Amino acid sequence: MPKLCERTANEVAKKIRDKETTTEECVLSIFERVHKVESKVHAFVTLVEEEALEKAREIDNKVSNGKPLGKLAGIAIAIKDNMCTNGIRTTCSSRMLEKFVPPYDATVIEKIKREDGIIIGKTNMDEFAMGSTTETSHFGPTHNPWDLSAVPGGSSGGSAAAVAADETFLALGSDTGGSIRCPASYCSMVGLKPTYGLVSRYGLIAYANSLEQIGPIAKSVYDCALLLSVIAGYDPRDATSVKVRSKDYTFFLKDDVKDVKVGVPKEFFGEGTSENIGKSVWDAIYKLEELGASYSEVSLPSLEYALSAYYLVAMSEASSNLARYDGLRYGYRIKSDDADWSTVYSKDRRAGFGDEVRRRIILGTYALSAGYYNKYYLKALKIRTLIRRDFEKAFKNFDVLIGPTMPTPPFKIGEKIQDPLALYMCDVLTVPANLAGLPAISIPCGFADALPIGMQITAPPFREDLILKVGYAFERNTTYKDQKPPLK
Amino acid sequence: MSVHGVKIGLEIHCQLTSLKTKLFCGCSSDYRGKNPNMVACPVCLGIPGALPVLNEKAVDCAVMAALALNCKVSERMFFFRKNYFYPDMPKNFQISQYDRAGGVPLAVDGYLYIQAGGKQKEIRISRVHLEEDPGKLVHLGAIDESPYTLVDYNRSGIALLEIVTEPDLNSPREARIFLQKLRSILEHLGVFDGSLEGAMRCDANISLAGGTRVEIKNISSFKEVERALSFEIMRQRDMLKKGLGVKRETRHWDETRRITITLRTKEEEQDYRYFPEPDLVPIVITEDFIKEIEAKMPELPEARIKRFVEAYGLPSYDAGVLVGSKALADFFEECVKLHNKPKEISNWMMSDLLRYLYENNLEIHESKITPKHLVEMIKLIEDGVISGKIGKRILPEMVLTGRHPSQIVKEKELIKIDSREKLEEIVKKVFAENPKAVEDALADEKAAHFLVGQLMKETKGKADPQLANQIIREKLEHIKTKKVPK
Repeated sequence: MPKLCERTANEVAKKIRDKETTTEECVLSIFERVHKVESKVHAFVTLVEEEALEKAREIDNKVSNGKPLGKLAGIAIAIKDNMCTNGIRTTCSSRMLEKFVPPYDATVIEKIKREDGIIIGKTNMDEFAMGSTTETSHFGPTHNPWDLSAVPGGSSGGSAAAVAADETFLALGSDTGGSIRCPASYCSMVGLKPTYGLVSRYGLIAYANSLEQIGPIAKSVYDCALLLSVIAGYDPRDATSVKVRSKDYTFFLKDDVKDVKVGVPKEFFGEGTSENIGKSVWDAIYKLEELGASYSEVSLPSLEYALSAYYLVAMSEASSNLARYDGLRYGYRIKSDDADWSTVYSKDRRAGFGDEVRRRIILGTYALSAGYYNKYYLKALKIRTLIRRDFEKAFKNFDVLIGPTMPTPPFKIGEKIQDPLALYMCDVLTVPANLAGLPAISIPCGFADALPIGMQITAPPFREDLILKVGYAFERNTTYKDQKPPLK
Repeated sequence: MSVHGVKIGLEIHCQLTSLKTKLFCGCSSDYRGKNPNMVACPVCLGIPGALPVLNEKAVDCAVMAALALNCKVSERMFFFRKNYFYPDMPKNFQISQYDRAGGVPLAVDGYLYIQAGGKQKEIRISRVHLEEDPGKLVHLGAIDESPYTLVDYNRSGIALLEIVTEPDLNSPREARIFLQKLRSILEHLGVFDGSLEGAMRCDANISLAGGTRVEIKNISSFKEVERALSFEIMRQRDMLKKGLGVKRETRHWDETRRITITLRTKEEEQDYRYFPEPDLVPIVITEDFIKEIEAKMPELPEARIKRFVEAYGLPSYDAGVLVGSKALADFFEECVKLHNKPKEISNWMMSDLLRYLYENNLEIHESKITPKHLVEMIKLIEDGVISGKIGKRILPEMVLTGRHPSQIVKEKELIKIDSREKLEEIVKKVFAENPKAVEDALADEKAAHFLVGQLMKETKGKADPQLANQIIREKLEHIKTKKVPK
């Protein structure tokens, strides 16, 4: 019999409702696992065991008193450490915010609490979400549960690793250029980046506002749909959130891909994509064909410029977003009594930010400077428009687009950290969805030398139902979901 | 001061004081007099993760103002981030609007006419836009001498309307006239209350022929505008005379010392790295919306002046002065409502009330006099209870204390002496004390004025002037007939 912590959220929720187990038992099982493997994985920055257990008992009371239960009743959830949690420190894995305790909950946190989800802790990430490996964290890297010497992907590496290592049932990540899908792929989890505007960003500490979305990381497509149903929806506190009616996304999960037209972008299988990854993804496409879908190749020529455009937009926005960390109101502060404010700011920022964050702030500042703005930022915006159009064109003929999530399998910790450009290249297949604001999901679709491979399914705006349905059908007819990492 | 070749452009920041909440969050906009940093939330404090949401009423107010300033309102506008580090800005960027880099401000290309030197003059307005107010830095004494700086974020996020003129103003006085007109318009629109401290602030660009443009920051009121600009003209003229030239720089107006000091030179000018604010969406302004706002537009100063002339029969100069301040015009109309003697009221306001206020550097809102009291005073005169002279005398006290005129009159025993008996007695005394003057008056009728004056002095102005005059003349006549025997 599998342990409670090894189950999916859906299974556990059912057991709690059916009184086969209690929430407290589930949460205890989770923390037992955390205490066992966390020293190896290092998925968390902060754990809130006592608060989680207290909340668990509250929910058990509700169950025994027959009170109505929320959609996430009793389910342990880990939160990426860039979402504000009232009273729980929120660090962005940066020295700058090492002691920052937000005075409010992000909208997604409010929603999870309203649905009786149990927050168990805050997960490790690349500092300010800037990275694809979770190595730039001030608190040290997270390890991939499938191979502890490998990176878990990033920047939501802690969230994906925690779910993969059975340290939580569900996790929230954020995805600016692939930060949910990349670690989901590297940890053999399901990770979904919603359409821009579907999930409120209120309380998400910004890296690049125009690109990022909060989304679920889960063990199964069903769990992913469940958490998405809770967090999605219009929020008056986020001007960029879109007025769409909230849906129960689990409702669309049918083992049926008949007549689904799959487009396969040629550009996703270029030089940079490993052969074994290309092969696994093609096998997955053949599998879908077997299940009734049709496919053909398509070209999105503007994707060639996606990575450059992405980094220009992201770094430019970041340079402005991160200006507020000056040590004056919160954050890291060096004692410097005699200095004027600008000296104090410089000292605090130099010491509070890590190398990668400083690099991106400097590059972004440069890109927005007088004389360069037209050449870089505006040009990037134009490319963004071209990419959006390429996708629109493709979606005239196809329901979804499928390709690999990551061009290569997970690599060793430390292997690329000295080579920023090589690391930026990791995002080449994930950034297009962010630039175009499209929903995209990563689903486990194979292994290469025992390391996970993910396939990426992209759909038109607000068609999360479609990518979930295709993912669900694929998952039902394959066994990747049931494989567990060799972590003891 | 009139110096040849002076060009002045103004950049005015007006708080939209009629709004109940700040520009991008639900915090109260009523921050004055509150404890520091208590009117603030995660949004206006720039706490990580918090997002701005536009107060749509601010757009209504701003569009109305833009229309009143004859501007073209943009169909689609954006917010931009203006990036620079400064401790009064919690995010180290200001959410503002921009007219370059693909930015579109709320409105452009307007104008306003002012009366200057007896002529009507057009002052072009290049743009009007919305932005957030930064917090406030508090210094001990002068900015360059204070041992510390305190930051109060209560003001952070208040909606500001920025209005930028072309350099069409040619003297400090014109700048002041322009600002007064602007203020009156905004006040008539009901979007702005200039009586609130710091609600209207102004930066000025000023250049002299043969010189360079210098920007002056931190001018907090109309009076200061005139002072700061006059100082700057003197300074620049001196520099030019001495052949030193004028440096292109930004200067700070020090209100206490009444001088400008260098804030930063051209080399230190900021690159604000403007780019579109990604947390806000573009605002679309439809023609219907503009029509709606136009329909809601209240009476503007020019129409009100016309109405004052036509309905109340005021001279157009007087009407212009009264409407120059909405508070003054409202005061006037309030009086007229209580007592339908517009000319009488206008005269009292123009000649006595305004002069007193001006001489004492007060504005009507700083005065404690109410329309009801002014009207009561006028009625006391009409009813013969006090003389006009006494009216003039008690007005300052009414302005300073807000006390009822009859109360003042009673307390100071200023009620008119109109008993013949009593006055005759006093006249007798005056004649006895001034034999020389009586001689003069007998010789020349006009010299009787001196005796009237003495009588007024004796009665502290309380004597009914008509009766007093009459008695004095009778008495003189009486002496005359006595002196010349039949």
